[in-house]
Amino acid sequence: MLTMIAKRVAMAIPSLIGVVVVTFFLTRALPGDPAAYFAGPAATPTAIEQIRVKLGLDRPLAEQFARYVIDLGQGNLGNSLTTGQPVLTELRTRLPASAELTLLGLLVSILIAVPLGIVAATRPNSLVDHACRVVSTAGVSLPVFFTGLILVYVFYYLLGWAPAPLGRLDVFYDAPPQITGFYLIDSLIARQPEVFLASLKQLILPALTLGIFSLAPIARMTRASMLAVLSSDFVRTARASGLSAFTVIVTYAFRNAMLPVVTTLGMVFSFLLGANVLVEKVFAWPGIGSYAVEALLASDFAPVQGFVLTMAVMYVALNLLIDVLYGLIDPRVRLEA
Amino acid sequence: MTDIVSAQRPDGGLAALIRHARYVIGENPVTGFAFALFVLIVLAAVLGPDIVPYDPLASDTAQALKPPSAHHWFGTDQLGRDVFSRVVVATRLDFFIAVASVALVFVIGGFAGVAAGFFGDWTDRIVGRVADTIMAFPLFVLAMGIVAALGNTVQNIVLATAIVNFPLYARIARAEANVRREAGFVEAARLSGNSDWRILAFQILPNVFPILVVQMSLTMGYAILNAAGLSFIGLGVRPPTPEWGIMVAEGASFMVSGQWWNAFFPGLALMVAVFCFNLLGDGLRDMVDPRRRT
Amino acid sequence: MKRREFLKSMTALTAASAVSAPAVWSPAKAQSRQETLLIVSESGPNNLDIHGVGTNVPGYEVSWNCYDRLISHEMKTLPNGTPYYDKAKFKPELAEDMAIGDMSVTFKLRKDATFQDGTPVTAKDVKWSFDRAVTVGGFPTFQMGAGSLTKPEQFVAVDDYTFRVDFLKKDRLTIPDLAVIVPCVLNSELVKSKATPQDPWGLEFTKLSTAGSGAYKVTNWTAGSQVVLERNDNWKGGPPPKVKRVVWRMVPDAGNRRALLERGDADVSYDLPYKDFAELKSDGKLTIVSTPYSNGIQYIGMNVQNPPFNNVKVRQAVAYAIPYQKIMDAVLYGLAKPMYGAASDAPTEVAWPQPHKFNTDLDKAKQLLAESGVGAIDVPISFDLGFAGVNEPVCVLVQESLAQLGIKTTINKIPGANWRTELTKKTMPLYTNVFSGWLDYPEYFFIWCYHSGKSIFNTMDYQSPDIDVFIDGARTAAANGDEAAYDKDVKGFVDLAFADMPRIPLFQPYVNVAMQKNITGYQYWFHRRLDYRAFAKA
Repeated sequence: MLTMIAKRVAMAIPSLIGVVVVTFFLTRALPGDPAAYFAGPAATPTAIEQIRVKLGLDRPLAEQFARYVIDLGQGNLGNSLTTGQPVLTELRTRLPASAELTLLGLLVSILIAVPLGIVAATRPNSLVDHACRVVSTAGVSLPVFFTGLILVYVFYYLLGWAPAPLGRLDVFYDAPPQITGFYLIDSLIARQPEVFLASLKQLILPALTLGIFSLAPIARMTRASMLAVLSSDFVRTARASGLSAFTVIVTYAFRNAMLPVVTTLGMVFSFLLGANVLVEKVFAWPGIGSYAVEALLASDFAPVQGFVLTMAVMYVALNLLIDVLYGLIDPRVRLEA
Repeated sequence: MTDIVSAQRPDGGLAALIRHARYVIGENPVTGFAFALFVLIVLAAVLGPDIVPYDPLASDTAQALKPPSAHHWFGTDQLGRDVFSRVVVATRLDFFIAVASVALVFVIGGFAGVAAGFFGDWTDRIVGRVADTIMAFPLFVLAMGIVAALGNTVQNIVLATAIVNFPLYARIARAEANVRREAGFVEAARLSGNSDWRILAFQILPNVFPILVVQMSLTMGYAILNAAGLSFIGLGVRPPTPEWGIMVAEGASFMVSGQWWNAFFPGLALMVAVFCFNLLGDGLRDMVDPRRRT
Repeated sequence: MKRREFLKSMTALTAASAVSAPAVWSPAKAQSRQETLLIVSESGPNNLDIHGVGTNVPGYEVSWNCYDRLISHEMKTLPNGTPYYDKAKFKPELAEDMAIGDMSVTFKLRKDATFQDGTPVTAKDVKWSFDRAVTVGGFPTFQMGAGSLTKPEQFVAVDDYTFRVDFLKKDRLTIPDLAVIVPCVLNSELVKSKATPQDPWGLEFTKLSTAGSGAYKVTNWTAGSQVVLERNDNWKGGPPPKVKRVVWRMVPDAGNRRALLERGDADVSYDLPYKDFAELKSDGKLTIVSTPYSNGIQYIGMNVQNPPFNNVKVRQAVAYAIPYQKIMDAVLYGLAKPMYGAASDAPTEVAWPQPHKFNTDLDKAKQLLAESGVGAIDVPISFDLGFAGVNEPVCVLVQESLAQLGIKTTINKIPGANWRTELTKKTMPLYTNVFSGWLDYPEYFFIWCYHSGKSIFNTMDYQSPDIDVFIDGARTAAANGDEAAYDKDVKGFVDLAFADMPRIPLFQPYVNVAMQKNITGYQYWFHRRLDYRAFAKA
């Protein structure tokens, strides 16, 4: 196991280097002058030039890149010009917000898509099967921000069922003491059930938005995988032995069908981390997605570079986790490795 | 003699393809529906600007934000422009974005992938690294970065979509090329003196195309959604060009005040198109390789 | 880990996250809601100190409410009942007495004012703060300079409670400039204790914490998310504020902000599209207050040094081609004061803003364009994406109108952060922008926007020796109190600006605020931000 992990990490390093390089040059290609922005309104060209020298932006690109890499090695991700805070601090506070949202969205998606996929698999080519496909595809056919805005409009504005889209927590609650950064977990650890409920309520709509958007791949993969498993020998034996349909499907078929679904989950999760950006804007979510977008539009290099690097590292870590899960779920893979 | 032979000519080529297609479409009503929708979209894209009742760019502020009526089937937007005309005319641009993105990614991704699979060794490694690097980015942010850096024109949106999808196409193409590397027809082509590049371009890539075409229809849907997302951030096509995504993004702010038609109709058109492309993908997969059905 | 246990634990975790019934509001929470004013806006501060580098406009609001100044303005009441700052009447804040001499002004400070950490406010704090303002550079120094406050030598702490400002030259704007946000008084001992050799003014400290004597202090700031302010119960600068706690949340989506207001989940917002304000006004469920921007205009600017707009006839043609009324109706929903269409025989007033005599007349426009002799025109029309809600439809309508003249334009959206850079370059041929000045005097506007002295707000790069004479004359006349000369010069520069048309004023925007019906105490200030001190929640 450990050798596998080490090998995978080693293979991922060139990608990470590529990401760092590409992001650096891409952000430098953005239009706009951070020096002018930083110098503020009413700055004369000389003042802007002074700031440019102070920020080190007048140096040749190669030198700036070298400086960036050295800083990176020391764990310094630079400062954001728009918020004035160190990027590392902001990423650290904002990352749990995005991760909590994405994980919950994924959970919602699984809870809907997996049963949908199983039902579709047990009745292939029936009306139910087609309906499942239509429903899951419909979810992914709308832009994710539009789904979010419609949900806010219907469930908050019209019906009043959902809480105000004001971010992670209602105005009158203070955040629980930070341990993981996940409000749901931290509030339980701190024994604050009111805070737990409040944060859960704020999470519902954005998680639902993300979940709707990721229904299709999970439902399809579950269906395909279940179909393959349902036609296999051991399932036929189980049926022939007279086991109830429920036992056959859930206890035997589903567990074996889970492997490809887990792979898909990994893909969907990293895809959601990107789609997060739009959902966070709609729901005023203080996550890294909204952080990165604002920085990008302001040509603020450091947060964008920090964000992309964090995402890339998470992507590698996630794929690694999937492989480890593989091993746990399917002993055959572990034995082969 | 000739008559009998021609009368009993074995099935092949176009006739068989059409018969197979008709079978698949008939068997699965959803696929049939998707194909019909696709034809409708193409018609709207081709004929759209010529048949719409109003000029999609003509503003008429006295008529701003009127609900759907006999005069304006889909109502008017905040500058008094007819929403129906704009939605129909936008079909051409969105269809172009979808098709252009897919064509571009097929060419660069497909070619890079088959080259990697065919030659192996360094080509494989380089293409693999490039694909891995792109995959490591949060894809939407990469698209945003490219459009922000290069400027928000239609060409750049197409380019960004193509780059973001490159790894997927390269991977599929590579797998297929790997399989076919030692195939008989490739050997034959080599023996006849074709250079490797000719083999890649004319023998392998066309064989990979049917597998990729399934993914391409999904990418068409993705391209349109991507453009919509970029518009929401402010990096979409330039106004006043009608495009579904930007109409949805702008129209969404009118929902709360009750002018739902601004966002609803372009949103519906967008959803129908993406829906159609996704289901089309299923149908194409059934036609090409029914074993891979999901 | 055994496979079974792992899968079982996943199921358990899933079950635990299931949704339970919504909680009922506890009495404690209801009371807390009553004491808190919840403001929602699109973006928030990036720095709590107006002297900071690159502090954005929301940061000014924090500075205004958390720091005191020597003097402030009295309020007068507009015909529609809105309290409006009186630019001519000053009221003591930290100073209890102001004696204006010939070349100086002396302030007597109150003896009971303290900073929020308990330290008394003395003249040395005032001097240190003023020195800081004129030394740090950037916007604060520029603003101080607008009132001829440029050198630390001008500021003298005579004794602990007496402070004098010496004038370098006579300037009518000096006293008003002491009442703007920039010359705020910081707790010099506290900030100096946090200074470093690289940061002698302690800017890093004040970026994140407030160190003032004002009515509120920031207790929690999450950049991009929210600002929480609590009342300073020891505030001596005026009557005690009624609102105990202010929570300012950033909500990026405009539709959501409106939804929050309509459902009663937010108290105040000034950050909504014009359309929403117009509709909310007619709905009547919320209180909407609309006040014209003091000394502010949105205009179409043209680069007058380069072709084609270096030809005055072309500029006048464009001025006749703008679809003014369409813009008022479809973009502003009537929530602005037109700056066009004055009667052709109306006399020029000694006031600014005032409307020009152009109106939409495509025939005249075509004629002027033909007379100019300029060939086909194809230029980009640029705008600040940060204010796309107004700028985009304005540009789309202008584009359509110009197309009828044969002038082709392409829309060029420039993200907010780059907008300033582009303006500074002074190369954009055609664009729309807003300028407004804190000091509400016509010569103030013209000094920055029309004078040839390389001002960055002279975005059109307009160089006219004639107008310079008028502007300089007006400034001198104001300093000397010569009303006749002043009136003549003001009329002179306004007439010339309207004849040459380097920029085409479109409208004077309104500052709109939406509040729940139980909120009172909104005041209009020159900085157009909220003053929390007068608010009350019934």
